[in-house]
Amino acid sequence: MRVLLRNPSRELDLPGPIAVSALLERLDVNRESVLVIVDGTLVTGDTSVDDTATVEVRPVISGGAR
Amino acid sequence: MKCRSCRAPAVIDVRRHNAGFCHPCFVRHCREQVERSIRAYDMIRPGERVLVAVSGGKDSLALWDILLDTGVDADGLYLGLGIADYSDESGRYARAYATKRGARLVEIDLPEAFGYDIPTGSAAARRAPCSACGLSKRHLFNQAALDGSYDVVATGHNLDDEAAVLFGNVLRWDLAYLGRQYPVLPGSHGFARKVKPLVRLSERETAAYCVLQGIDYIVDECPMSSGNRHIGYKEALNEIEARSPGSKASFYFGFLERVSPLVASAAEEEKEGLHPCPGCGSPTVSEICAFCKLVERAGGHL
Repeated sequence: MRVLLRNPSRELDLPGPIAVSALLERLDVNRESVLVIVDGTLVTGDTSVDDTATVEVRPVISGGAR
Repeated sequence: MKCRSCRAPAVIDVRRHNAGFCHPCFVRHCREQVERSIRAYDMIRPGERVLVAVSGGKDSLALWDILLDTGVDADGLYLGLGIADYSDESGRYARAYATKRGARLVEIDLPEAFGYDIPTGSAAARRAPCSACGLSKRHLFNQAALDGSYDVVATGHNLDDEAAVLFGNVLRWDLAYLGRQYPVLPGSHGFARKVKPLVRLSERETAAYCVLQGIDYIVDECPMSSGNRHIGYKEALNEIEARSPGSKASFYFGFLERVSPLVASAAEEEKEGLHPCPGCGSPTVSEICAFCKLVERAGGHL
């Protein structure tokens, strides 16, 4: 599967199938700080992602003085 | 995972509520949380005109969308901060949303109107960029609300923002800031009422709301804010939240319920001695207000 990450922007190629929550653990990403979008669809942590999917791990933390 | 309300497949899990939601039920959940905040803190009364501070990011666009969908008379205000490509892009998202919704977007361009942008202005005034930015926004949102006869300024501060600010204020035991930290700041002479209707939603929820509702927003973080202390607090709180879901909400709402009433007087003391700034007329306790001081130091450095 293709995994797209930001801050910094990068792309990884990882084997599937794997559950979203396990994938985030493997990437050492806190699930509270991201959304996971698989082939354009928002998914929950228990969703299994197959080998051919494109996975966007989108950070949701914004900062600064607002 | 199934939706808590209708048992359809869930698209988002919210661990603090120990729940998953399908798309329609999640949108309803977000609206309910906003309406609950508005009612609980008497943020917006029927018939009032609201000016939403719109940055082009997920929080302000989600807020504007929910207010419009719930029948609130809400215009947007976009402030061009002159942060190179980032400002160009965020402005495009704000304008695109306004056009799509047929909503009114007021725009103020900081370099054009005041002769400075955040990168050069903050350096010239020897302030941290986020500090110069926050000061400029607070002043100009308030001024635009007064000039446009709006009753309320609404900002997209969410649960994570408020919990992080609270965390910082507690680390420093800053009683004046703690006394002022509340989801609504009542209007007074020279100040429009300021409200934060998203305090019952995390930033993960506001981002999910935008993704599900097809609202395009600027995903990249402001280039000036990297390494910012506030983001560090959010990361620390998210570490705790991951181990113990609901921690951020109990930290913040526990403060509002049990501690805020005890420290409110610290903020009241600061209001004594307010007088109109000779430069702009805004209430200030100093000789001239902090914004005019910033413009004095930063203006003309483009």
